[in-house]
Amino acid sequence: MTGRTRENYNRNYLEYVKTQDPPTKHFKNCLAAFGVGGFICCIGQFIRYMLGYAGLSGDELAGSTSVILIFIGCLLTGLGVYDRIGRYAGAGSIVPITGFANSVTSPAIEFKTEGWIYGMAAKMFTVAGAIIVFGVFSGVIVGLVYLFL
Amino acid sequence: MEAEILSIFLAYLKAFAVGGGICLIAQIIINYTDLTAGKILVYFMLAGVVLTSIGLYQPLVEFAGAGATVPISGFGYLLANGAMKGAEKGLFYAVTGALTAASAGVTAAVVFAFLMALIFKSRTKRN
Amino acid sequence: MNKKGNTIFFENAPRITSFAAVCGSKESEGIIGSYADIALSDDMYGESTYEKAECKMLSTAISLAVKKSGYKENEVDVLFSGDLLNQIISASFAARDYNFPFLGVYSACSTMSESMLLAAALVNAGYINSAVAATGSHFASAERQYRYPLELGCTRPPQAQWTVTGAGANLISSGGRGVKIVNGTMGRVCDFGVTDVNNMGAAMAPAAADTLIRHFKDTETSPEDYDLILTGDLGALGSRILKDLTWEKGFDVSEKHVDCGEIIYKVIESEFQGGSGAGCSATVLNSYVLTKMSAGLYGRVLFAATGALLSTVSSGQGESIPCISHAVQLEN
Repeated sequence: MTGRTRENYNRNYLEYVKTQDPPTKHFKNCLAAFGVGGFICCIGQFIRYMLGYAGLSGDELAGSTSVILIFIGCLLTGLGVYDRIGRYAGAGSIVPITGFANSVTSPAIEFKTEGWIYGMAAKMFTVAGAIIVFGVFSGVIVGLVYLFL
Repeated sequence: MEAEILSIFLAYLKAFAVGGGICLIAQIIINYTDLTAGKILVYFMLAGVVLTSIGLYQPLVEFAGAGATVPISGFGYLLANGAMKGAEKGLFYAVTGALTAASAGVTAAVVFAFLMALIFKSRTKRN
Repeated sequence: MNKKGNTIFFENAPRITSFAAVCGSKESEGIIGSYADIALSDDMYGESTYEKAECKMLSTAISLAVKKSGYKENEVDVLFSGDLLNQIISASFAARDYNFPFLGVYSACSTMSESMLLAAALVNAGYINSAVAATGSHFASAERQYRYPLELGCTRPPQAQWTVTGAGANLISSGGRGVKIVNGTMGRVCDFGVTDVNNMGAAMAPAAADTLIRHFKDTETSPEDYDLILTGDLGALGSRILKDLTWEKGFDVSEKHVDCGEIIYKVIESEFQGGSGAGCSATVLNSYVLTKMSAGLYGRVLFAATGALLSTVSSGQGESIPCISHAVQLEN
């Protein structure tokens, strides 16, 4: 009955397991993601208006808005609230920029027990490092393509 | 005056609908595949870069404001936009443009994460 | 010949002289709360890191088991222990507090039954008089090692299980009173190709079914001969699969089967499947089950803890999850 030698049984088993899976609550998940995601964007919009009244515009306005949102994301992570929102909202709290802040802050807080340099600093980008790597690389490609077009 | 309130309300509504919609797409992908949070973030960021470079994301940003810039695809938009603007100035700026545009976000994330790590400890969870 | 198939029979019947369990605060709200020796109110246990807390829980459980047995510390011949962390640091760090020898074992979540099997075998053979078998796990340290940082806001799929914070230990000796260990079935590694690390129940169920069926065949018993068939941490989903798999082979365990992971928390199956981790079966066995057995409520129990032998490296490389299950038969 050991699996490896019986590829066929394996496939049957995996299909059988799929039928036993507990149902994913699609509607509830999607509604939570839509609501929370939309709400975070509305907070972003609110910050944009406030900064706009304060006289900011253009790149400065857009940059400052995301800095404030990142601060909120970091703070909620530090307070231990963001993971609760995430448990409930799923993609609704992962995809906004606050989710990026959460993915940077959570390993930083988590791994400081392994030291400040190899723990906190080195592990800070365990999740978010991929975003920076692919972001910078694809950005450079876009820049070069536009340069030579 | 009434027209102004209506336009502000509409802006919030658009931000909510578009931002929520982007998250909804991500949630549907998570539900039907086993992609983890890290992969979702990368794919949506890359989608933002691609859509911006072919000129489809800019109209969305103009339409929805924060609804399009706050999701991680807006980060991709920022990168690609920076690169495209840099490309007009020459090779050096074409290469550095992307990260220059995103520098605010990255700096904020590093600095605030550092500060939070100084102040807080991770805590165990009960649910 | 005291071996048949993969089952070894202990004709000198080593006994579980004493047992002890420490559990975390979430666990203490459940069924084991009133049976565990120590229920922590703080999962850090007064330590600065989760790993230290896990180590302290384990050494507390070991000390309690030794103390309750009446043996002096220098009369214990050997400690069998292991845990989920890399290089089994909790177990070996806990062992440095004692002056008896330490044999480290790793069998993921089935470490408890493997330790008991080995300890019973050495005691039965007469090499040693008494041995301690112990293991434990901690939610936060396991989460850090196997999954994500604790504060990362990610969703938990409905197949997921919750690593138990707790430790259990028992002292097995050659004479005296206590529950007898009659025989033990050594597990084989089963891999049915499940790659989803969130679906441990489905990965481990074939290993549990394999060991249970071989045990029934080797000992010429059937599920009806047992008062309780206790598996480790299959969870609700894995338990259903186990019942199907054993039924398919002609053994109906559904009447007698109880899963430690399924009973340790209040399980709402559409949200999560129950407990997991080495501490899951260790705490349930060493508190609830052995207390009830000592009181004579259960006469014959088959304890088959299950373990998933994966690491973050293997799952990162897309490997499927090999699993194992060791069983020991306990009798009053």
